[in-house]
Amino acid sequence: MNAYLLQIAEKYVRWFLLIIALIALMRGHNLPGGGFIGGLLAALSVVFRGLAYTPQYAREKLFMSPENYMGLGLLFIILSLLPSLVLSEPFMTGYWLKINLASDLVLKLGTPFLFDVGVFFCVIGVTLTFLFSKTNL
Amino acid sequence: MAILLLMLLLPLSLVFMPRPWHKYRSLAIGAVQLGVVVLLLTYIPQVLYGDSLTLTFPWVPDLGIHFSLCVDGLGLAFSLLVAGIGGFIFIYAGTYMRPYGHNTRFLLFLTLFSIAMMGMVFSANLVLLFIFWELTTVLSFLLITFFHEKEAARFAGFQSLFITVMGGLSLLAGIILLGTIPGSYQLSDWIQASSEMKESPLYLPGLILILIGVFTKSAQFPFHFWLPGAMQAPAPVSAYLHSATMVKAGFFLLLRLQPILGGTDAWHYIISFVGVLTMLFGAYFAIMQTDLKATLAYTTINALGVLILLVGLDTSLSVKAAILFLFVHALYKSTLFMTAGYIEKKTGTRDLSLLGGLWRQMPIAFIVTLLSALSMAGFPPMLGFIGKELIYEAQIQLPGISGIILVLGVTANILMVAISFYLVYTIFFGKYNLPEKIDKPRYISLLLFIPAVLSVFSLVAGLIPDFLGNSILKGALLYAVPGYEDVKLALWHGFSPVLWLSMFTAFMGMAIAFAMMKRKQFLPRWQAFTWKMIRFQFTDVFLNGVNNFVDFVRRNDKVINHGYHRIYLMTFFIIAAVMLWLQILFGPGWNGIDNLSPAPFYLYGIAAIMVFATVLTMMTRSRLAAIISLGVIGYGIAFIYLYYSAVDLAITQILVETLVVVLFVLILQRMPVFARISPKRIKNRDMVIAVAFGTVMTIMALQASDINVTAPVSDYYIKNSLVKAYGRNVVNVILVDFRALDTLGEVVVLIIAALGIFVLLGKRSARV
Repeated sequence: MNAYLLQIAEKYVRWFLLIIALIALMRGHNLPGGGFIGGLLAALSVVFRGLAYTPQYAREKLFMSPENYMGLGLLFIILSLLPSLVLSEPFMTGYWLKINLASDLVLKLGTPFLFDVGVFFCVIGVTLTFLFSKTNL
Repeated sequence: MAILLLMLLLPLSLVFMPRPWHKYRSLAIGAVQLGVVVLLLTYIPQVLYGDSLTLTFPWVPDLGIHFSLCVDGLGLAFSLLVAGIGGFIFIYAGTYMRPYGHNTRFLLFLTLFSIAMMGMVFSANLVLLFIFWELTTVLSFLLITFFHEKEAARFAGFQSLFITVMGGLSLLAGIILLGTIPGSYQLSDWIQASSEMKESPLYLPGLILILIGVFTKSAQFPFHFWLPGAMQAPAPVSAYLHSATMVKAGFFLLLRLQPILGGTDAWHYIISFVGVLTMLFGAYFAIMQTDLKATLAYTTINALGVLILLVGLDTSLSVKAAILFLFVHALYKSTLFMTAGYIEKKTGTRDLSLLGGLWRQMPIAFIVTLLSALSMAGFPPMLGFIGKELIYEAQIQLPGISGIILVLGVTANILMVAISFYLVYTIFFGKYNLPEKIDKPRYISLLLFIPAVLSVFSLVAGLIPDFLGNSILKGALLYAVPGYEDVKLALWHGFSPVLWLSMFTAFMGMAIAFAMMKRKQFLPRWQAFTWKMIRFQFTDVFLNGVNNFVDFVRRNDKVINHGYHRIYLMTFFIIAAVMLWLQILFGPGWNGIDNLSPAPFYLYGIAAIMVFATVLTMMTRSRLAAIISLGVIGYGIAFIYLYYSAVDLAITQILVETLVVVLFVLILQRMPVFARISPKRIKNRDMVIAVAFGTVMTIMALQASDINVTAPVSDYYIKNSLVKAYGRNVVNVILVDFRALDTLGEVVVLIIAALGIFVLLGKRSARV
């Protein structure tokens, strides 16, 4: 399979998809997006590469194996659960860190975001596992 | 309490000491265990005063389940056994297990077991107790199958796991059943609701379920047969789990529940009946064995029967005798098992017909075995004598049925005396018939030193029993028999009926033992006669039962587990459709669809396209066309989401649709040729099912918009999304905050599915 047009497009589309994925993840709490959508977008970038070249090539170029993405995601999820366990609050209570950047700009970081990041990586891992197993790689 | 917890968990870290120190690992763990004993001893004055240390973390407070520990008299008595015997066992195991390898795994299992056991005896919540109980079961399985290359060990492990887990489930059912009465699983709540529980109609079923758990764990007839099988485990495990501690768990639970459920006729009769049966059975079949460890296992079954019987007799005297006998038995039986391990190691066999004349080669082992056997036979000056005297006293003073129980008890004890003497004789005297000569070791081995120490304990405790009586025993009795007076123990009771009974027992037992020693044909003939009369082995019955069940399932599982995906789907759709149709036709009925909002014309257009694509999917002869038209349906749905401003849903839908289409395209070339193989009849049938299910789902969707719950839950989410969870995207806030547990569940499901696919399909993806 030598789809040159796709291969050239892939160089740009991949970054575009990955950036969109990150944006979707970051803004998910306030605007449409989130870990699930972000994860699917990021996985799509790999899928696109698989279409342009071969799934094999896409797999070789992966930063780490799909299983590891799943593991990383679960790690983030566990991290997000720890505070509620340690502080013996109801399970999965959200905790927020509020940082005043400017007088009217407050950065709010919370365990739900950590959870969303975990979902993000899990979705990438699961989707890619589906993809590569279906194409028998 | 904090120190205690720390001390209990410390061995776990010691297991993972750096490699150069591995030699001293088991010694260190043993030392810590003995340190725990000292620490526990300091609690005695407090416990005797009636105080107990408690520690409670709420766990599932709504259900009355807490992580709740409590150090009281009963728990203390058992924990002293677990840590005391455990400490010696660990030191012994370090030497014993060295040649076999996998020492880290072994020590880890054994350490975890001791922690689980401690957790069980200190649990003040019955659900927590159950969890530790099951942990000991699992660890027992892992330790029995430690030599997993041996088929016999694997089978024995499976058998014991099967039986004890079955009992464990029964126990859980019983706890839940009875827990409904006080509405909590906290022990203190149960004690308060005691009389209410005994009067409840749930009492008998609950009691029987709990008793099944107790009987399986404590190897009571007819569940006893897993215990001799468990002798496949290494000697330290047999000494620790299968004689001194774990098999006593059932007895422990009975004592725990005695103030709550005890005192009724059912309690009294069921428990004493099973106990008596087990006691006799164990004693009789101990004589029928030719394997040293099997003999010891059956004497353990006898001892467990005695313990259970004494709880069943249900007098303050019998409970006192039981707790003393618990210590007696743990001391002599773990000693005997450890000595048996030593003998097996030195001679390479534990077949009683091969062993003999060893006293010259192993003088210390001989003395140790003799002391323990005397304790087992209940001879003075060992602790076993006091234990047996108390048991006789309890049986004599029993109201009502004392006659039968006493006769049976004496019979069992006569057999125990016989087996004790016979064991010592057959191992250490008689002809030496091993092929090779054993060197007399120049130093005393640690394998012998540890049992020697324990047998000295048996002796010392027999000589000055008041230490045990007025501290540990009294503390334990304080819980089981409230308001119990002083505990007096002594070797010499004066000439009482009990003493005459003891002398009679000793005389008869020695006579039988003498017959077995002197007449070479006596014992083999007796054994042959027994095995001729009793044609079945419990193990075989168990094995047949399991095999028959597996066969039955294998023959009949095709009915529901046929492997045709389309039929699974069909079953699911038919059942769902029928249930829903019944609900619509005979339920509250059709509410009408009068309040539908108008839709703009382009939505009709999209709907029309989707209908067209649906029909195309069904009619097309090309697989690619089918996949693409499925995609069109998906995108159509996404547009509809968009129109109703469900942006997140729409994005997700589009992405998923895209991925699915791409995945399909990628595997298209690997699929077989698209064919139409279903005959007309099947197609018509499928169509009926599809239409029925589709229609009902449509009706459901329309009805759902009509149902107005007083306060829709979405209002809460919308109101609190920004205030409480700092997010303006309500969908996302629901996903990651309000209902994060659901999301967690979904993620876990996805990952399990992915792992399944990874293992089943993606074999080659193992390498990256």
